[in-house]
Order: sequence, then C-alpha cells, then structure tokens
Amino acid sequence: MLRPMEPPVETIRLQPTRGFSRVLAPRELWRYRDLAGQIALRDITVRYRQTALGGAWAVLQPIGFMVVFSLIFGQVAGVSSNGLPYPLFSLAALVPWTFFANALLLGSDSLVSNSALVSKIYFPRIFMPAGVVAAGFVDLGISIVILLIIVFAWGFVPSVAILALPLLVAIAAAAAIGTAAALSAINVRYRDVRYVVPFGIQMWLFVTPVVYASSALDEPWRTLSAINPMVGVVEGFRWATLGTGNAPWDLIGVSAAAALLIFAAGLAYFDRVERAFADFV
Amino acid sequence: MGSTAIEARELGKRYTLGLSRRGYGTLREALVEAARRPLRRNGGGPKGDVLWALKDLSMTIENGEVVGLIGHNGAGKSTLLKILSRITEPSTGYADVRGRVGSLLEVGTGFHPELTGRENIFLNGAILGMRKAEIRTRFDEIVEFAEIERFLDTPVKRYSSGMSVRLAFAVAAHLEPEIMLVDEVLAVGDAAFQRKSLGKMNEVAKEGRTVVFVSHNLAIIQALCTRGILLERGEVVTDAPIDDAINSYLRTLESAASADLLERTDRDTRAYDETLVRRLEIHNPGGAPNVVVAGAPATISVDVTEQLLGMDCQLTIANSLGQPVCTLDSKVSAPVDVRNRELGPRIECEIGELPLLPGRYRIDVLVMAKNQIQDGLQAATFFDVEPGLIGERPTAGASSEGNVMLPHAWRLPE
Repeated sequence: MLRPMEPPVETIRLQPTRGFSRVLAPRELWRYRDLAGQIALRDITVRYRQTALGGAWAVLQPIGFMVVFSLIFGQVAGVSSNGLPYPLFSLAALVPWTFFANALLLGSDSLVSNSALVSKIYFPRIFMPAGVVAAGFVDLGISIVILLIIVFAWGFVPSVAILALPLLVAIAAAAAIGTAAALSAINVRYRDVRYVVPFGIQMWLFVTPVVYASSALDEPWRTLSAINPMVGVVEGFRWATLGTGNAPWDLIGVSAAAALLIFAAGLAYFDRVERAFADFV
Repeated sequence: MGSTAIEARELGKRYTLGLSRRGYGTLREALVEAARRPLRRNGGGPKGDVLWALKDLSMTIENGEVVGLIGHNGAGKSTLLKILSRITEPSTGYADVRGRVGSLLEVGTGFHPELTGRENIFLNGAILGMRKAEIRTRFDEIVEFAEIERFLDTPVKRYSSGMSVRLAFAVAAHLEPEIMLVDEVLAVGDAAFQRKSLGKMNEVAKEGRTVVFVSHNLAIIQALCTRGILLERGEVVTDAPIDDAINSYLRTLESAASADLLERTDRDTRAYDETLVRRLEIHNPGGAPNVVVAGAPATISVDVTEQLLGMDCQLTIANSLGQPVCTLDSKVSAPVDVRNRELGPRIECEIGELPLLPGRYRIDVLVMAKNQIQDGLQAATFFDVEPGLIGERPTAGASSEGNVMLPHAWRLPE
C-alpha cells in the first residue's frame, strides 16, 4: 500500500524532566500542528451548534451590553465619552473586551472540560487553551465587521488608523493566552478557578475603560493603568475604528509590554506544571 | 530498522495519596496546608502516603512483538501504558521508545458529541496522531470498517453506543503507528464487531507492528499475544511466553483468593469504600464452600462490613481464562427477590439450578449503594463445579464448547 507520509522513525526518551522543557519545544508543537488546527476547528464548529441564533451571538453579546451601558452609564449616570456618541464609544470597547472575556472564561475551563483527553492521550496541552483563543478570532472578526458597519452608518469614517487593528488584536490575544493558560493549569488542581473566573472578569471589566474613558484618570495614573493590557487595546480600538482623537500610543506601548510579560509568564507557568496534569485532572 | 521498540530501565512512578485520591484538592486545602507547614517542623514532608505504582521496572520489547501485560488491579499495567504513551512522566528511570506510538482508547474518548461522524473522524485521527493527509487517504476504509456510511453527517450524539464504538475502533485501527498500545477496549460492541476487531488486531500483529496489550480477558490475550509480562505491585514478576505468564497469573489469583478478602489491596479503583466485601462463597445447601454440583441449587453469599441502605450487588461468574459466563445483578429486580434487613451485612443470591458445566470458575463482585460503586473485587473466590445433572441430563457427556448447559429436551420424528 502506498503510504506517502511515513515519518522517519525516531527514538524518544521518556524520563523525568525538570524546568521548562515540554510545551515550549517548537518541534513538538510543529509535529502536532494538525491537531492544533483540528482543536481550533472543533471549538469554532461546536460553539454555536444547536443554538437558534448561531453565529449571531458573536454580535448580540456586545450589542446587548452596548444598549444597557448606553442607558445606564451614558444616559442615567452621564459618564463622559469624550464627545463621542455613547453607544459607539462603548461598542468599540466592547468588541475586543468580549473577545478577551470569552477567551478567559472558556480557556480557563478548557483542560478540565477535556479531561477525558488529557488523562488518556499525549499532545501538547497548550493547544487546549490556545485553541479556545484561536476559535474566538472568528467571533471577533464578525463583530469587528458589524462594528465598522455601525460606525459608517453613524456617519463616522475610520482613518488609516484602522491598520493598527491587527496589532491591537495581537495584544489582546497574547494577554488572553497567557492568562487562560495559567488559569486552566491552576483549574486542574483547584476547581475554585471556576468560581473565581466569572467574578474576576466582572472586576476586570470595571478596571478597564469600557464604560468610561481612560482620560477620566489623572496623568501618572492614566498611563500606569495601561499595565492592564486591555486598557491599550480598548482605547486603541476606539481610536482605530472611530477615526477620531489622538493615537493613544503611550497606552498601547505600555499594554503591549504588559501583554508580552503576561504571555511569557502564563506559558512558563503552564509549562512547569503541565507534566502533572494527567495525575490530577 | 533497529530491532528494539521499547526499552525501559528502572522505571518508577510515584503517586502521593491522600490529597487528591478522590476528586480534587481545593484551594482551601492547599492554603490550610501551607499555613500549617511552618508549624510542623519535624516529620514534615508531603501529607498522605507515597505509593509506588511502578518500581524499578526494566524490560525490552523487540520490534514486531505482541506483548500482553497482565496482573491484578493496581499492579501497574495502566500506569506503564500511560508512561509509554507520554500521558504521564516516570518519577525515576527512563524508557526509550522507537517510533510513533498509537493508543487504542476507551470508547469515544476524543469524540465530540455535537460533531458529525465525518468531523469526528478527522478530530479523532488528529488526536491519535494522524496527519490530515493520512486521514484523507484512509477515510473511505475507516467509514467502511465502521459501517456508518449513512450516518456520516449525523452528529455523534445521535449514534447508538454500538455505532460510536465501531467508529472509535475503526479510526484507531487504521492508524499506522510503529507501536500500538491497547488498553481493555475489545470488550465492546456486539459479538460480530468484536470478532472483526479481533481480526483486525491479529492483522496488525502479523504486519510486524509492535503491540502492547492490557486486558482482563485472558482468552483474548492468549489468542493475540506471544509473550506475557506479569506485573505485581509495580514490578515484573514473570516475563515469559504467554501461556506460562498466564498460568503464573492464575496461580497468583488463586492464592490471593484464598486469603481474607479484607486483606486484598487490588480493589476497584473507582470504589467508594463505605462498605467492603469481607467474604464471598458459593455452596450447595448445607454443602462445603466453593465446591458445587452442576444442576443442583446453589447460593452465593457476600458478606460485607457495613449494611448500607439500598445496597446492590453484581456478581460476574467467569471461567478460568477470565471470560465472563454470566452476570447476576440485584439491581434488575424480580418478584422473587426478598429485601431482608434482618440478614445483617450480607447479600445472598440463590440459584435454582446451576447450569454450569464442570470446571473451575471465579466470581468477580461489585457492591453498589448510594449510586456509587462501594467496592469491587476481581476473582473474589474460585470454585469448582462437579459433574451432575442439568435438566435431568448428565453433564458428563457434554461437549467442551462453552461453559453452560441449558435444561432441554429433544424430539425426534417417530
């Protein structure tokens, strides 16, 4: 029989390991690249299957929040939106925020909800939280398109700043993967994570300028607050999609550095504890 | 090609019991533990007992060998497979594994119920280590083997259990790893599919692939394997041609069965342990334990340590090779059943006319209560069936196929 893809026979030594050696090995990740694709594909396909509204949920969630926030914070509380229509102001922030929040919520549970696989098969475990984040790109793409349509309909025209979107998405994704990886790893040992995460996401929402503008903070604090990577992402999204105001490069710069740090730290922690997952999950 | 597929040297695997043997630790436990630690100066060390699931295990498996791993529950078979398939790391020693390793898994591991059969084939193939192109070339073969053509685009959650089993096996069987690890999966599906799966395993073995096999069904192991490795408490006790290894396993089973059952450590790992099986025996009314006559009434009595409300018992009678002959389950109730709390911590099962042919059998027991497995023991006892009359017909002349004789009558044309 014809076997076109017979890989060369390799010897692998299985022995106790220490330190960072497993998941961050690029060769391992490359060897299992097809699996990474399949897991992301599965997460995308399954997410809205057997839901009546399907992919529309990707959009309904941020739009629902937009309506509520506009009524409460825009009308009742009169929070300043820097002269922008409050609905646009909040929607531009809610689009990346929803991506981030969903990635944390689903990503932190990804190892535990796939415990049957984790305890029975070897594969680079990082694919589980990373796959969830990757699957979120589809929702994010859809909601960015809807956001831009609404922006146009409102009479705004995005400037060339829109080219910064991929960078902003990358910052959000790096922060999401780092955080979700660490949380999913802790979740294997301590299911408390399940209860902490939804609560933590709520708190995180309010320290991120989603319902208010970061200009509400006085200066050293405004820039300092960007160590929360979502600050740069959210303000960046407003600037890039609404085509108004000055480029918040200071916030984006600080947030990018923070996101990289979170990404590295999250993966490093994941890597250290990965070897014991099957013994606990 | 080199000749060694797996070489293990002084492999050991240590588990710390206590903290998370059942369920999982909570953050609170860990915090409490951390707070306590500084107070416990002397005799510190981790809480709970240390258990060596494998200890200094060394073995070499050559390319193309078909090896059966046998041993009691908790002897280390599954741990060894887990290490070889890289699911968990050894604590000491090392194993060199040459070539791609594929695992035949329990039914449906890696299936997603919302995905269709087609999608699941790709997902499951990737999980088992197949490249996408490989799956595509073998796709038709897999579908044909699983006999699910008509349901390819139906979500797997609508499959009957038989269909998912067939699909799972089909995907795994068409994987082409150099080394194949099989853990207790063939005891699934209907008889025809089991035969087909066995045939496929035979084929795999004949192709010169290396296979490591774990099963409680000694008959299957005997049929497929050439060499047997008997593990006991994490160590290799016998490494011999399969027949010798099985015989030595049967001897250890019998010597274990004769002891007080509370001393057995190879209990069901899922068990809850609120009540334990203390003693189990079968006897004719007024007769000696564990020797019964074919066709006569017999009683199996199970003594447990604790009488629990709504306790149920499942007894599986198996022949000397571990092939199940029948299962008696008190959960499936009938009007003749009597629930009698006066009996004390004991469950009895009465058999009106024992239909077993003469020979040696064993009884596996599972005690359940509160929707949990409370205790489980394989080979809780062995017993001998002496020749007798089943349906007034002597067992002496019965042919040797099978283990039971049904009461029956012949009619011939005049």
